[in-house]
Amino acid sequence: MAVMTYREALNMALREEMRRDPKVFVIGEEVGLYEGAYKVTQGLLKEFGAQRVVDTPIAESGFTGVGIGAAMAGLRPVVEMMTFNFALLALDQIVNSAAKMYYMSGGQFNVPIVIRGPGGPAAQLAAQHSQSMETYFYHVPGLKVVRPTTPMDAKGLLKSSIRDDNPVIFIESETLYNVKGEVPEDPDFTIPLGQAIVRREGTDVTVIAYMGMMYRAMEAAEELEKEGISVELVDPRTLRPMDTETIISSVRKTHRVVVVEAGAGFAGMGSEIAASVTEQAFDDLDAPVERVTGANAPMPYARNLERLKTPSKDWIVNAVRRVCNANGATNGHASGS
Amino acid sequence: MAVTKVVMPKLSDAMESGKIIKWLKKEGDKIQGGDILAEVETDKADVEMEAFGAGVLRKILVPAGESAAIGALIGVIAEPGDDIAAVVASAPTGAAGAGSGAQKTPLRPEPTPAATAGAASAAAPSSRPAPVVPAGASVAPAARPVPAAPAAAPVAAAARPAAVVSAPAAVPAGLGQGGRVKASPLAKKIAAQTGVDLRLIQGSGPGGRIIRRDVEAAGSGAASGAAAVAAAIPAVAGAEFEDVPLSQMRAAIARRMPLSKAPVPHFYVSSEVAMDHAWELREQLNALEGQPKISVNDCVIRACALALLKHPGVNASLQGDAIRVYHRAHLGIAVALDEGLITPVLRDCHAKPLAQIAAEARDLVERARNRKLRAQELSGATFSISNLGMFDVTEFSAIINPPEGAILAVGSVRRVPVVDDAGLGVGRRMMLTISCDHRVMDGAMGARFLQDVKRLLEEPLRLLV
Repeated sequence: MAVMTYREALNMALREEMRRDPKVFVIGEEVGLYEGAYKVTQGLLKEFGAQRVVDTPIAESGFTGVGIGAAMAGLRPVVEMMTFNFALLALDQIVNSAAKMYYMSGGQFNVPIVIRGPGGPAAQLAAQHSQSMETYFYHVPGLKVVRPTTPMDAKGLLKSSIRDDNPVIFIESETLYNVKGEVPEDPDFTIPLGQAIVRREGTDVTVIAYMGMMYRAMEAAEELEKEGISVELVDPRTLRPMDTETIISSVRKTHRVVVVEAGAGFAGMGSEIAASVTEQAFDDLDAPVERVTGANAPMPYARNLERLKTPSKDWIVNAVRRVCNANGATNGHASGS
Repeated sequence: MAVTKVVMPKLSDAMESGKIIKWLKKEGDKIQGGDILAEVETDKADVEMEAFGAGVLRKILVPAGESAAIGALIGVIAEPGDDIAAVVASAPTGAAGAGSGAQKTPLRPEPTPAATAGAASAAAPSSRPAPVVPAGASVAPAARPVPAAPAAAPVAAAARPAAVVSAPAAVPAGLGQGGRVKASPLAKKIAAQTGVDLRLIQGSGPGGRIIRRDVEAAGSGAASGAAAVAAAIPAVAGAEFEDVPLSQMRAAIARRMPLSKAPVPHFYVSSEVAMDHAWELREQLNALEGQPKISVNDCVIRACALALLKHPGVNASLQGDAIRVYHRAHLGIAVALDEGLITPVLRDCHAKPLAQIAAEARDLVERARNRKLRAQELSGATFSISNLGMFDVTEFSAIINPPEGAILAVGSVRRVPVVDDAGLGVGRRMMLTISCDHRVMDGAMGARFLQDVKRLLEEPLRLLV
């Protein structure tokens, strides 16, 4: 194990996979000479050359299409979106080509592509650059969607994504790139897709969160512990396929659920998880599933308003108190929607 | 978000102002539509005042103990960030906004656009004040939460509901519509496994929902206490008793009746009336084509109205230092409902022929049963009649409905053996008992009135002229 940043863990995963498999290559804006807008591809051009680290024009639809074609031809492209908000320009390629090619070609062409880059709320990146883009992708049959919370997950899940034979949407976060954590240096270390993790054991309530929201949920759990509320934290890690088994077994233990997501709540991950829990564990619920979500508004640029838009530790604490019928809970849903 | 003006509601036709008995919410409390904000004393009854807007009770403009004219601004509900200065400033001190009788429905919210910008509406709940939810993890599930707000304006009083009568009765916290028990799925599962009767448990969750800890507390109590005797006494299926929560109407009756019976010194005078002629006349009238069917009670109403004109001392009410003697006979007719009773008022009975009384009384009773009465049809009686004749009741005495001075209790028309000049025969007899307010009248006055009612019924042609 080595302690490294989330950014370094991603870089390590790319480097290891490119060394392991010559079919793996990186393509995107500024991935080569500039070594990545967020330096995730640092040193790759030098080690692997311009054939495998390809700088592109600012043309997301074009270079995503190039990646999909290469994947159909047998390569394993890793396409970098400078931020995932720009993937909207490539949405048709991703949804209509990458996700459906295997189905529409009757199994003749699979598309082993990884599309990765940062997404979700960051720090004053405003309305167009702060979106929780996973919702656009996990709705589509044929796409896998990964959101790694820790440096270890970043490495283990990126490697599994690259090795996966189908398209994977891999969304990182600007706010997590500098987070440090232990990461196995073993080049064979991977984390399977579709496997949630219990980050903290608890008995009173299951809080489901990922990425930055998981870190806030951890702070909330600390605070709630002082009040005598024992919080179990579950991180799905892969949003699709979703590991409902781990979630449901936690619910059967705690009987209460709070789902946290940074994006606006309508038809969000919280809704999906709430539905699954109701379908599969209704008789184990002692309280309605509560969602803590971002407000139903574009992300404001102003720092104070940005804080109001995004779930905070206090929102999570409050929601937990509410489902536990504990003192100090205030009425009303935490989401601004 | 919107600013909701809370105005003094118009709760009865005669109401001009209302006094705040007490505020049930204080400034800073979070309000949801339907919450009971305050108790208001009107000329007729104490009425719970319901919130029509949601937000935070930002301002109370009329404190408890003070009165306000109907329509006057008495409070403001808004979100914490909303600017309410303009609304508060617009409140004319003590002025009646609505004027006379224009406002049919009370407490209509008047939303005004909030002053804050759209983006700011993403306000974090964490910035909202004042935790409201009770019950901590350590709190035993003994305390019943504040009863759920009724779905509409509550019925104000048993006999004189000043508010909307079509309001459904309120349900208590633990029971939903139709007596449904609110319990979490887990609580239901545990209850089924342990044999705990959820109907007997007080829920400590939101809105009185029964949650796991309530069932477990009940289960452990039952287990420890009952286990010792379980062997000796065979188990009996079903609950030993159940507490049926008071409906709004029942609660109003319970609150109001002692206010009559205790302070009003009642005395009672009874008389038996020979109803043979009235019965005969009624049958003849009812045989006439195109005429409304006439009931015994219609005859009693008409007889009372005529007798009241002759004995205005009975058609009277104590008003502080004076006795108010009415020149018109407005008769309250008690109508039994499943959840209580209600007394619609048939006005000017002294001036209405029997057929008109019959038609109007039938209409009132039907609408009372369908909860379709208008507020003004529930106030202003000068005298009331309560008839239990349909239940084969020989006689009974009724409780006066203040501020009225008297009420007549009517029994069944019975076929009984009677002795007259021709010997023993069968006759129709009916018992009347008048309850009188001794502060207003004396026994002789009540007896003379009753004598006249008896005479009118025994010589029923007098009812027709």
